[in-house]
Amino acid sequence: MSTATQKAPKPTFADRWAALPKLVQILVWVLIAVFFFVLPLLNLPIVSTPDAEFGSVLASVANYALVALGLNIVLGYAGLLDLGYVGFYAIGAYTVGVGGSLHGQINWFVLIVMAVTISTASGLLLGAPTLRVRGDYLAIVTLGFGEIIRLTALNTEWLNQARGITGIPRPPSSELFGLPSLVWDGATAKVDLGEGAKSIFLKFGLLDAVPYYWLALIVIIVVLFADRLLQASRVGRAWEATREDEEAAELNGVPTFRFKLLAFALGAFVGGLSGALYASRIGAINPDSFMIQLSMMFLAAVVIGGQGNRWGAIVGGVVVAYLPERFREFADFRIVVFGLLLLLLANFRPQGLLPPRRARRARRADAATAGLEGTEEGARA
Amino acid sequence: MPELTKDTENTAPAPSGRALLTMEDVTLKFGGVVALNEVSFEIREGEILGLIGPNGAGKTTCFNALTGVYQPTSGRVVFDGQPLGKRKRFQINRLGIARTFQNIRLFGNMTARENVLVGADSHHRSGVVNSLFRLPRHRRETREGNRTADELLEMMDLTHRADDLARNLSYGEQRRLEIARALATRPKLLCLDEPAAGFNPVEKQRLMDLIRKVRDMGNTVLLIEHDMRLVMGVTDRIVVLEFGRKIAEGAPAEIRDNPAVIAAYLGVDDDAS
Repeated sequence: MSTATQKAPKPTFADRWAALPKLVQILVWVLIAVFFFVLPLLNLPIVSTPDAEFGSVLASVANYALVALGLNIVLGYAGLLDLGYVGFYAIGAYTVGVGGSLHGQINWFVLIVMAVTISTASGLLLGAPTLRVRGDYLAIVTLGFGEIIRLTALNTEWLNQARGITGIPRPPSSELFGLPSLVWDGATAKVDLGEGAKSIFLKFGLLDAVPYYWLALIVIIVVLFADRLLQASRVGRAWEATREDEEAAELNGVPTFRFKLLAFALGAFVGGLSGALYASRIGAINPDSFMIQLSMMFLAAVVIGGQGNRWGAIVGGVVVAYLPERFREFADFRIVVFGLLLLLLANFRPQGLLPPRRARRARRADAATAGLEGTEEGARA
Repeated sequence: MPELTKDTENTAPAPSGRALLTMEDVTLKFGGVVALNEVSFEIREGEILGLIGPNGAGKTTCFNALTGVYQPTSGRVVFDGQPLGKRKRFQINRLGIARTFQNIRLFGNMTARENVLVGADSHHRSGVVNSLFRLPRHRRETREGNRTADELLEMMDLTHRADDLARNLSYGEQRRLEIARALATRPKLLCLDEPAAGFNPVEKQRLMDLIRKVRDMGNTVLLIEHDMRLVMGVTDRIVVLEFGRKIAEGAPAEIRDNPAVIAAYLGVDDDAS
């Protein structure tokens, strides 16, 4: 049986990609990154959102993608169902609001460091007692956590209650260079040379959302690198083993609780960071910005994209944040359509749009095994 | 050859070998059910100890008590001079006890190599910072882990399956991979829970050779097994459990002729008992 000739599986996209020279791979990545950097300036006819400013839609999409990357560590890698991820997002946002506007004038960079420190610490605080309980309970506790954060903000005078916080500081600008955008006349593109039509690289103002998108994109790229390095290390293996069989992992020397807590803390770190970036882009927050629905959208992003795949998380973030904006012309119907899409997806692609490596290779291996058995039966018949 | 030892409490380690693990009057109750009843025995360094008994005798419970899955209701387990006490399971593993499972519990969606690497990682310390910046510790541990994995996969004759998912391995390969994963944690005591279940005679023979090889590498082995030929052939001493009690202990030849053991396995006529 084991000596039966194995049919070489058809080379997949991943196989062919791996066969390319390293230099070509890097070049392709750089090109992709450049494409995404100039995307808001291209104003591509179909991609662009007709009923909303494309730059700010992209900034929001990038924000969702970043959140999804963070939640993917918790949900996809460590397998912990966190229904209150919005709590960390809110903590990040409120830290920047409180320290930069409501009760202080702290430097923006210091604020970001504070935001991630406080959200990570709160992740540890929440995780330490709750990660000992199993699946369902964790979901309930985290669901409560998300609401507690919002209700605390709503009821605390020091946090300005329902009035929220305004005048949140923007990131400090550096006007390095300006980039003009394109206008399309049918199929021909023209450079818009009008005054003030340029997006200045990392000038964070009120009118142009594109620099915020660029900032988020830079953060996403850094997080992607970190994510990749972590996943291909002892830490990533420990997460995967814990998710597969916690008891077996523990008995093979994996301190599962510690690694779950680590995933929780890293997730809180990214959640707090994205919340802080969100607050400094929007400039004003209030407790209603952090409703439970937002948690569900974050969760939807990771699940749609494919839990456990960082690219899936990005795709999921894009789907969740971009599609409703793109189809704004259908007014409230878009939510119905969006819900319908989710149902279809759950039915036909339960692994998500981009299932993780493990699901893919498992399916391939199963197919290969099934093929072998099939031929054997055929030979016997 | 170790002689038959009587079931006495707190005996000093037998002179023939240092006791690596001592079960001291371990009792384990689940509600009203007494799964283990004041079981005492020791595992000596460098030996292969067989743990046998009819179904439900408490063999696997015994395993669970000494790998930290269950806390004994009373009594204690001392390993390498240290009572296990309330140590966590991964800490017990790091002390040097590794095990396999009666019903195979591999990380099915990870490759064979990754399964072994998880075991090897039990001695590694690199965390987020080391991994993110690929610091020397991370690189050294990665090298070490890969070497361990290569060696163990080779030893278990699994090199050709290294990059296949564990769940797609054949039954025998999965059993061997579990042993490889356990060995990767560099245990002093390796506990095998029915490693030959479902094996044909040829595979059993190979497994016996493998167990001897593992012992010759300097490990101590505790073996739960139903197959009497295998147990008699490979172990140095045997402990027999029945209904949670130890009913016999001694060399294979002695166990074979022990009337209590024969009764436990074959049953006794009602009028005889």
